[in-house]
Amino acid sequence: MNAREAHLKDLLVRGLSGEAASYEAFLRELSAFLRAFLRGRLMRVPDEVEDLVQETLLAVHNQRHTYDAAQPLTAWVHAIARYKLIDFLRRRAGREAMNDPLGDEDELLATSDEEAREARRDMAVLLARLPDRHRLPIQHVKIEGLTVAETSKLTGMSESAVKVGIHRGLKALAALIRE
Amino acid sequence: METDKLIAMLSRDAEPVAAGAVSRRYGLALAAGVAGAFVLMVAFLGVRPDIAQAAREPMFWVKLALPCALLAVALVAAARLARPGVRVGYAAEALLVPIGAIWALAGVALYSAAPGERLDLVLGKTWAVCPFNIAMLSLPAFAASFWAMRGLAPTRPAVAGAFSGLLAGAVGAAAYCLHCPEMAPPFLGTWYLLGMALPAAAGAAAGPLLLRW
Repeated sequence: MNAREAHLKDLLVRGLSGEAASYEAFLRELSAFLRAFLRGRLMRVPDEVEDLVQETLLAVHNQRHTYDAAQPLTAWVHAIARYKLIDFLRRRAGREAMNDPLGDEDELLATSDEEAREARRDMAVLLARLPDRHRLPIQHVKIEGLTVAETSKLTGMSESAVKVGIHRGLKALAALIRE
Repeated sequence: METDKLIAMLSRDAEPVAAGAVSRRYGLALAAGVAGAFVLMVAFLGVRPDIAQAAREPMFWVKLALPCALLAVALVAAARLARPGVRVGYAAEALLVPIGAIWALAGVALYSAAPGERLDLVLGKTWAVCPFNIAMLSLPAFAASFWAMRGLAPTRPAVAGAFSGLLAGAVGAAAYCLHCPEMAPPFLGTWYLLGMALPAAAGAAAGPLLLRW
């Protein structure tokens, strides 16, 4: 447990200093812990686990500036996962209140085990709903792998507008999920 | 989008993140809030004409110390609430130190006053406007402290909103000290605290609406 904490923390701290490979390894290893943690708490809706894993990863990324290296990583990640889980359950309770909670015989055969491993909400679809000033920088830099300078030339946006667009766009993506 | 693709997307070209985001945001918010409160105070209320004289009395500084102490507690609490997984500690208990101190001074003042003068010590001449003036002066700091908190990650939005509002109220009350002629502890222990409690209550109500992420 302590060795895992130290290992993940080292990856994150190096990621925060700009080492993309360490940061990717951090998110990848974290996603496995998050999946197990959330699966244990969402027994009744296993096919929504992956959605929440993705939502939590996005939150970890968007809020990474609030991590202080003097703080235990486990406490920080756990608080974010817990916040996102509670938010998810509240949204769900709100949705369910509008439906008949006992008229669920249609659901019995709707959820199969294969479906459980895929996210139901497609982030790519949500991404397409963002305005151009957010969507284009994310599309070119974060998905196609162009540099900020190349994206700036391609879109006619300034380099700082591209960087701000990525940052704000990923926050806007998190807000779209909450709708 | 599969989770692996999302991870690749998030980590590609990830910019280095500067440490100290919390203190930087609160430094800016505090500077903007204090400047805004001071400008509003000068523009709408005016600095009390006898300020040089008043500043020689210890009570002037005790009066100023009340909002400053509450500001310090609110600032520490807000900075902790802004980070996931950090405990708030004894912030609520720490608020009782300055409040208890001003109430103790108020008790002494009321006890040693003649019975007929006690109500005057509580009401002063400006009780009807004091809380609202403090709340008015706290508006710029209210916007600034919510701006600071919205850029961070509070997991308890109502509590985070309450301390953001208290922070703003304390800035407003500190600026109001430079205008307000009242010096009696029973007045301060009632109307100043009420003036700071108004933005704190507004913040607690606004937190769940404004501080989601």
